Amino acid sequence: MHEVASSSDTRVRETFELNVGPHHPSTHGVFRAVVELDGEIVVNVTPHLGYLHRGYEKTCEAKTWHNVIPLAERCDYMGATSNSFVYCLAAEKLLDIEVPERAQTIRVIMAELSRIFSHLFWLGAHAHDIGAFTPIIYCLRERECIMDMFELTAGGRLMPNYLRIGGLIRDLEDGFVEKARAFTDEFNFRVDDYEALLTKNPIYVDRTKNIGILSSEDAIALGASGPMVRASGVRWDIRKSEPYSGYDQYDFQMAVEQGCDVYSRYLVRVREMRESAKIVRQGLDKLKPGPIRATKPGAVFPPQEEIYTKTEALIHHFMLVVEGVRAPVGQVYHVIESPRGELGAYLVSDGGPRPYRLKWRPPAFVNLETLATMTKGAFLSDLIAILSSIDIVLAEVDR
Amino acid sequence: MNQQEIRDKLFEQFGEEVIKGEDLFRDQVTLTVDRSRIAPVCRFLKEDPELAFDFLSFVGAVDRYPSRPRFEVLYQLYSLQRNHRFRIKALVDETDSEPAAIDSVVSLWPTADWHERETAEMFGITFKGHPDPRKLLLPEEWTCHPLRKDFHVEGNDEETPDLPRKVEQGS
Repeated sequence: MHEVASSSDTRVRETFELNVGPHHPSTHGVFRAVVELDGEIVVNVTPHLGYLHRGYEKTCEAKTWHNVIPLAERCDYMGATSNSFVYCLAAEKLLDIEVPERAQTIRVIMAELSRIFSHLFWLGAHAHDIGAFTPIIYCLRERECIMDMFELTAGGRLMPNYLRIGGLIRDLEDGFVEKARAFTDEFNFRVDDYEALLTKNPIYVDRTKNIGILSSEDAIALGASGPMVRASGVRWDIRKSEPYSGYDQYDFQMAVEQGCDVYSRYLVRVREMRESAKIVRQGLDKLKPGPIRATKPGAVFPPQEEIYTKTEALIHHFMLVVEGVRAPVGQVYHVIESPRGELGAYLVSDGGPRPYRLKWRPPAFVNLETLATMTKGAFLSDLIAILSSIDIVLAEVDR
Repeated sequence: MNQQEIRDKLFEQFGEEVIKGEDLFRDQVTLTVDRSRIAPVCRFLKEDPELAFDFLSFVGAVDRYPSRPRFEVLYQLYSLQRNHRFRIKALVDETDSEPAAIDSVVSLWPTADWHERETAEMFGITFKGHPDPRKLLLPEEWTCHPLRKDFHVEGNDEETPDLPRKVEQGS
């Protein structure tokens, strides 16, 4: 009897490995991680990516410059407009195209709506992961309003495919401005509703405060960007530091929190939604009539009505579709602040009608690198909260 | 600092033996750095108080097949403290006896870990001193490198047996 007791006292502590995913409901896509556990404590996390790898960069090498846009939107289908936005900005830099002011403003409105769109779904899914079922129902309701606006003016709901190199495919549809204005008037109260469910909810706060600590030094070293670094006290927002498309003319606050935890990331994203609504409203106020696409024959598609009435326009349109535009030899890198952080497009041209190389800098991919650092020593149940606080979109991680 | 000032500072520090070339396009400078000196140049870029490139946006590569040297390895940098960007590249070649290789910069910017793993598997470039040189996105058993220019998008039976084959018409 005595011998049995002593042998159980000298048992060896050993860790074991648990497979999470790729079809776990909280992995937001097909993400798989092998988690090394000591009891309930996470010792190490090894992510296994690539289940959704579709060879995006390789495929783009076979498309003409204009044909890349729909593919780009499929990278991050949650903030689709951000992707076509950064691609168009990079391609415009490469082709030296100046975008008219009205198109710039509409792009900002669309990008900010897609930021709200993305954050809304994040908020719902994140709360759901932690066990709060209610927020996602409300979040999807407002998300539906934004999808309706996208559908009204661009046709697509999830991926509007609305931006073009040089501007936009068409002008805003009648009724868009009124709809968007009504949405922004109402939206702040809707965010109050979500906050009433979570911000002071003791269960939510217990599950998120001081969980998933990422110091500002670690965040920068690991290349994190967007809400991830702003929740770690780093004042960095590309819309402020390197304004593009006229962002310097908008009055909005950068959302920064010092907590470095899951709760801070929640606060940052909630405040960003309010700020984005503010930007949309300012954009609607400063909308002036004007062209929605640059005029650069041979590089930018001519206006649709001219194709039917002018021979040159018809020829330019035909040549752009059949041959594409030959970009000058060179390389450019352009970044924007996507809902997830620094989204960059690096384009290399060899003078041909197709990108010689397109390198995407996906923020979700890089932000996911911080997972192992944040989860060390956490409980397994917190791993789910931490993973969802990164706001990954696996389509963008794997490309 | 603007692009020109950063360029001048690097030339001043390392000279033309290390900085092999430069390219200015649309206000963006790309400096070509000698492959064997990539680590000291990166360390200088990160640690110099005026440059202070504390943030690595990405490590990538371009395949210039069939010209030689075949690969460009790119380092796109950003400084949060100074709010400036810069890009350097190194030319890397492979021969029948020697695979393409360059020093890893993971010790300087830990974020380079995944970028280098992705570049390694997509182009077949070895990053010497990488702490965890496993594949990241591709299947373990693949021996090919899809972002090389001589890789066909359809794949082939030997290298990518798990890709769906195109069905022959009439069969």
